[in-house]
Amino acid sequence: MQFGIFSIADITPDPVTGKIATEHERLRRVVEMATLAEQVGLDVFALGEHHNPPFVTSSPTTTLGFIAGKTSRLLLSTATTLITTNDPVKIAEDYAMLQHLSEGRVDLVMGRGNTGPVYPWFGQDIRQGINLAVENYHLLHRLWTEDVVDWEGEFRTPLQQFTATPRPLDGVPPFVWHGSIRSPQIAEQAAFYGDGFFHNNIFWPPRHTKQMVDLYRQRFEHYGHGTADQAIVGLGGQFFARDNSQDAVREFRPYFDNAPVYGHGPSLEDFTRETPLTVGSPDQVIERYLGMRDVVGDYQRQLFLVDHAGLPHQTVLEQIEILGTRIVPVLRRELDALRPAHVPDGPTHAALVAARDAALAADGEKPHSDAYRFGTGDNWTGLTAEGGEEARRQVMLRERRAQQRLADAPAGQELAGSAGSSSSDDAPSAASDE
Amino acid sequence: MSEAARPLSLVVISAGLSVPSSTRMLADRLAAATRDVLEARGHPVDVAVIEVKDYAHDVVDATLTHFAGERLQSAIDRLKTADGVIAVTPTFNLSYAGLFKSFIDVVDPGAFTGVPVLLAATGGTARHSLAIDYTLRPLFTYLKADIVPLSVFAAAEDFGSPTTSHDTTPLNTRTTQAATILATRILHPTPTLATPAPSPTTDATPPLPQARTQDDFTDFIPMTDLLRPSP
Repeated sequence: MQFGIFSIADITPDPVTGKIATEHERLRRVVEMATLAEQVGLDVFALGEHHNPPFVTSSPTTTLGFIAGKTSRLLLSTATTLITTNDPVKIAEDYAMLQHLSEGRVDLVMGRGNTGPVYPWFGQDIRQGINLAVENYHLLHRLWTEDVVDWEGEFRTPLQQFTATPRPLDGVPPFVWHGSIRSPQIAEQAAFYGDGFFHNNIFWPPRHTKQMVDLYRQRFEHYGHGTADQAIVGLGGQFFARDNSQDAVREFRPYFDNAPVYGHGPSLEDFTRETPLTVGSPDQVIERYLGMRDVVGDYQRQLFLVDHAGLPHQTVLEQIEILGTRIVPVLRRELDALRPAHVPDGPTHAALVAARDAALAADGEKPHSDAYRFGTGDNWTGLTAEGGEEARRQVMLRERRAQQRLADAPAGQELAGSAGSSSSDDAPSAASDE
Repeated sequence: MSEAARPLSLVVISAGLSVPSSTRMLADRLAAATRDVLEARGHPVDVAVIEVKDYAHDVVDATLTHFAGERLQSAIDRLKTADGVIAVTPTFNLSYAGLFKSFIDVVDPGAFTGVPVLLAATGGTARHSLAIDYTLRPLFTYLKADIVPLSVFAAAEDFGSPTTSHDTTPLNTRTTQAATILATRILHPTPTLATPAPSPTTDATPPLPQARTQDDFTDFIPMTDLLRPSP
């Protein structure tokens, strides 16, 4: 199982001291949090994306790239990447680049964003949020899995013979999670592609999280990616820990009471009862988060928010250390021991490459080759005639595998039973019929 | 079909702030009258009253946290499966009580769509009686409720003499009339987007409406439809 922290890098005044960080200080602190996360044995650091004050996360790949250079093992992720307002071509390029430079230590959580004006700032319409997420991701998926893409959609200028560069590391795109609090369409989208589903439940009661995860799991099986318990699930979390639980409550309360979002609302006691926020001793945090498995089943990734509400940087670093040295080792041992062998561990580049190689071998195909297959020279786009042959063959193979998977799945049987439907409607790569 | 066996669910939203509350008194009268009509027509009724002031803190918390706590959620769930609703609020400063609106704001959008709703309000004098029509009615029109055309306003003096100088139809009579319309709407819902009209071949007495579910995923669309290129 993978454990880590996520940050939206908000600049919030410390309600106790009144101190407020500069943008520069906050950015440096984010980097320091990430490097400490690796040092204390955490697996993942995920960074949000916002395009307005009080956040300093407008350019996540710059920050994550810098962190990649200062770390060697840490997985870099997002929380979230705006699939609605970013150009999918730019996402394909930026994150493939980061994937190469970090030696495969990158994945993404797709989100629609929760700042309404971001849509108009980037020329989009918030009422199209779901449609943007669906169309943009479908294009991103194709840009990463097909060498040459012809594209025409509703929201973006068309593409002819376009190749997103660099091609993903080892021919395997970064793993993608789809994050949503309450939109069943996004759980469905994650299930359709066999991608991960991340529920950032920090402000939500477990009963709601369970509904969303159950839907995702059921649809994951429906589309033939495996059994429901093999679906890839990630959860958010929030804690504040001190040796003595009364100390934790006393120290955290002013930050809770004045927090953006929920401050001046529910009591700390109500909120810790209703949501995953746990304030107390490391043992109390362990006990609470061992219980998440009872809610959503065996899951693959648990991220924690530790740096919001104006908490002092030193305190944040202490929380990361407590998490890495006292909480996660127990959670990891217990949860890994409970997870059955047929349920996958958290996704890594190495595991995805191994799975792809196994699939090629099972089909009697030759191993993947990274040999450069594109034309060289100015103004070139697409593949050479020789490279093109091989690329077309790979697309056909992948499409055949997708068709076979669907035909064997409940989704395919459903389609076979309904007259007049074309079975190719269900294949993720159905649009690539050139 | 064993539909007649299903007790109908009538939910009363009462947003009075004092104890005892004339708003609650009016709410109880309307609920009892509606129950009488439905039971006289052979339909058992479950009545649940949501006394909004009992959820005051939960409503404010939910406004800030964007989720309802367990207690408030169970009240909302009851509302989401109601066959009919009676909404009663005091009139403050020309409008419904702020707490009443705050409660409506934390209920999931769609909870009232197509649901028969009887509107009622209380106030000091009958001078305020139009508040129902310029505040409550537009609100529930926006929520796409099936609003009972006759609403009931009770001024303080309505709880005294059977008729008042302003209104020669006594409160009892207005209550019974409105309750009768609500009961009829519950048994024969107006076709809406949520519950389309029965086909013309259906016989003259349509069956009871289907029990509503608490399904949170009513907006679920399978991916194969989401991905289909628009024409």
